[in-house]
Amino acid sequence: MTQPVLSVRDLRVEFVTRRGILKAIDGISFDIGKGEVLGVVGESGAGKSVTGSAVIGLIDPPGRIAGGEILLSGMRIDNLPPEEMRRVRGKRIGMIFQDPLTSLNPLYRVSEQLVETIRTHTNLSASAARKRAIDLLAEVGIPAPERRIDSYPHEFSGGMRQRVVIALALCAEPELIIADEPTTALDVSVQAQIIALLKKLGREHGTAIMLVTHDMGVIAETADRVAVMYAGRIAEIGPVRDVVQNPLHPYAKGLMGAIPSLESDTDRLVQIPGSMPRLSAIPPGCPFNPRCPYVFDRCRVERPEPIQHSEHRVACHLYDQSSVRSEAVA
Amino acid sequence: MADAIQAAPAPQTQPTTWAGRFFDSDVWASFKRSKLTMAAAFLTLLFVAAAVLAGVVTPQDPFDPAQLELMNSRLPPIWSAEGQMPFLLGTDEQGRDILSAIFYGLRISLAVGILGVAFSATLGITLGLVAGYVGGTVDAVIMRIADVQLTFPAILIALLVDGVVKSVLGGQLDEVTTLSVLVFSIGLSFWVQYARTVRGSVMVEKNKDYIAAARLIGLPAPVIMVRHVLPNVLGPVLVIATINLALAIITEATLSFLGTGMPETMPSIGTLIRIGNNYLFSGEWWIVAFPGIALALLVLAINLLGDWLRDALNPKLR
Amino acid sequence: MTERSYVEVKDLRRVFDVSKPWLNRVLEGGEKQYLKAVDGVSFSIAKGETFALVGESGSGKSTVARMVVGLLPPTDGEVVIDGVSMSSKAAFAERQRLRRRIQMIFQDPYASLNPRWQVDRIVAEPIRAFRLIEGEKEITARVGELLSLVGLHPADGKKYPHEFSGGQRQRIAIARALASNAEFIVCDEPTSALDVSVQAQILNLMRDLQDRLGLTYLFISHNLAVVRHMASRIGVMYLGRIVEISNGRELFAQPKHPYTRMLLDAVPDVGMTGRQRIPVRGEIPNPINPPTGCTFNPRCPFANERCRAEIPPLLQGVACHAVHEGRLAIGAAA
Repeated sequence: MTQPVLSVRDLRVEFVTRRGILKAIDGISFDIGKGEVLGVVGESGAGKSVTGSAVIGLIDPPGRIAGGEILLSGMRIDNLPPEEMRRVRGKRIGMIFQDPLTSLNPLYRVSEQLVETIRTHTNLSASAARKRAIDLLAEVGIPAPERRIDSYPHEFSGGMRQRVVIALALCAEPELIIADEPTTALDVSVQAQIIALLKKLGREHGTAIMLVTHDMGVIAETADRVAVMYAGRIAEIGPVRDVVQNPLHPYAKGLMGAIPSLESDTDRLVQIPGSMPRLSAIPPGCPFNPRCPYVFDRCRVERPEPIQHSEHRVACHLYDQSSVRSEAVA
Repeated sequence: MADAIQAAPAPQTQPTTWAGRFFDSDVWASFKRSKLTMAAAFLTLLFVAAAVLAGVVTPQDPFDPAQLELMNSRLPPIWSAEGQMPFLLGTDEQGRDILSAIFYGLRISLAVGILGVAFSATLGITLGLVAGYVGGTVDAVIMRIADVQLTFPAILIALLVDGVVKSVLGGQLDEVTTLSVLVFSIGLSFWVQYARTVRGSVMVEKNKDYIAAARLIGLPAPVIMVRHVLPNVLGPVLVIATINLALAIITEATLSFLGTGMPETMPSIGTLIRIGNNYLFSGEWWIVAFPGIALALLVLAINLLGDWLRDALNPKLR
Repeated sequence: MTERSYVEVKDLRRVFDVSKPWLNRVLEGGEKQYLKAVDGVSFSIAKGETFALVGESGSGKSTVARMVVGLLPPTDGEVVIDGVSMSSKAAFAERQRLRRRIQMIFQDPYASLNPRWQVDRIVAEPIRAFRLIEGEKEITARVGELLSLVGLHPADGKKYPHEFSGGQRQRIAIARALASNAEFIVCDEPTSALDVSVQAQILNLMRDLQDRLGLTYLFISHNLAVVRHMASRIGVMYLGRIVEISNGRELFAQPKHPYTRMLLDAVPDVGMTGRQRIPVRGEIPNPINPPTGCTFNPRCPFANERCRAEIPPLLQGVACHAVHEGRLAIGAAA
């Protein structure tokens, strides 16, 4: 098997507060291959954004990486000195955030920002860099790029701004793009365009994409594989079609049933009782056990480790061979 | 019945009393972390206690002529050779105990400071609340007055008010009137900061939906302002009030030093410094030095508290 | 209309003055600018029904909601609720009585509850304001009852809003809306700030309460799936106008207006049916300078000269020249 672009091994992230240590990420592992889109989905507090920040080395104190490894094409990046990490971040990992305005400097023209980024990472001349910038804007679907390139960020609409950010992330031809809720701030019609664009880029450039979002629909449309996170752990990870249509973990099942459908009529939505635990009060054993309809004694004491089950990996005692209950659900 | 409407589990117990909440809060935690803040708070409390208990703990009432003896005049502090008990910090030319005078002076300084801050805060909060909530012309008029106000330094306003009151009421004013004039002038000089801060917060709060919910049930605007908006804009006001307390005390001391403040019959710390200043060159340094040190320490302690409060209440700096 | 409609919205308009301040206009030049946020919206809601307005940002749906509850005065048009016009000055006392029966649930549960108030005081405020119940003990009992009704514990009343999760706060907001015995509740994006599993809880709760108390809802949302789940009739808004209005099932099975078709196509597909779709074109234009004629014409694949010149009227539930002229077959899959 070829080497994955991103490989996360048993990652732990902690936040030190005066009330004790909060485990935001508690031992997660996953890989993203070349040209693959991994969707990371979960509700607020699941730790999906922290995972993204950890990969790009942007965990601010009081947070810290407490264990595990992050490998970018085989090179360990979680313990790099900040200066080197900054270079890796610009050159080899691109970033797209929810609010495009946080990635763009309002005081500079788009052309200046793009050309500067391109020239930092390549040895193109100024005019060649400008030409490349125009090509990039055309590629992300900005009409009349040779005219629009000299506009300021505020002169673009929300959707167009997000396209500019994507162009900016592509400047250095990174191996990996981290997209954190890239479509959440956009309207449905614009969201569809951005999703299509992300898919196309992954396919054409062979860029690995980690797509962090709370929107299952966006994942279903875009991702190849999906990781469902809950309380800082991966509950289930597998090919997107399998996970969406045949989820194994009770939390994933609940999550899929909770989404109202456009296709069919349902009288009541499946609802998971309760809410995501606060980081300061994660239950022992399986963190989902107080909300789980299939809970049994073992769930309350023993933490489930990820188990390979057909093409998924699922962290649930129900699927453990030694557990008697597995027949009942599967 | 459907399972959405079902009995909820009883909530976990959390501290519900006012004190319980306070000692559980982040503000209290940040207070306990900072040694400097605790020292400043201790010092402030000490000064307040001295002012409140002045009549009980001092060896004499320095403004009761019957208790003064010229025999004891111009005594240096206790640690020099001529020092005498019970005059720890020495006496002035009338035999007044400096420490007692400082304690009594603190009373006046703190009273003027606190009343001045209360007056300016009330004025500023009210105007800021109205300007922010009503908006439009009312807002424009109030804020333009505030702009004009800012072009006059506090001392100038205080001197102006003092002069006007003196010319209206004639010549010398009694102590209570002087104190009121001081409070009024200080209040008038410092209200703008409150008004601007409160107006800014009100403009943010009034667009939040809990205000819309209150409007939906037909509550009149003044009720919404007082019940809903006001409690949510007081945080920054507390910080300004603390820092302004130090400023007000200094302003009062300056005015008293210039001779338009408290008279010698009811001296504040500023008055004591002015009196002591006359003896500086005849070698009786303690008459001016100790009130000066007291003033500096008080203002420093209050300022440190204000700085800490600003940081503790600002979620971005935490 | 066979039965008398409970809520009647007639030709509602709202114009906002978005000009620069007077001094800037004098110094820098420039005309006064107006934004037509809502431009002639009419609909009616029967008692016990859920009517939804769906649209993207800038469509004016929230402005309609605020005008219907009376938070924002309309520039033109009127809202009649149970036979009483909200805008007539004469019926002040009657309007005051009506106010008790109309409540609203807001989008952001973090901003819709006063953070300095305990929950029981928040829920009791409408009861006190309308003097519905006398006596502290009786009010406390009623507040406890309301909290239980929305799935909270009566003892939760002693807590402050920040101690609750987003979903629980939205339950508190619902309890407050029910406190005045409201019959008509305007819900402005009530679940868009919530996670999906919590959204399901709140949507289920709202439907249960509707069944139990016979509530009428005006439901505002940008989420088509949520709207489909909740509403019996739906109006689709685009740039301040309703472009299509129809009953829920029909709208999703046979969308008529090109915008509705595009919107349905744009929704990410959880079902993974792999259906083919028309790529979405363009973005919503600036509402200060809307296109002439049908405001959707620059993005519409079926636009012709007439669409660029003439505003299409809402006929048989759709405002589109192409549909009216028979150029665009109804029901054909887009």
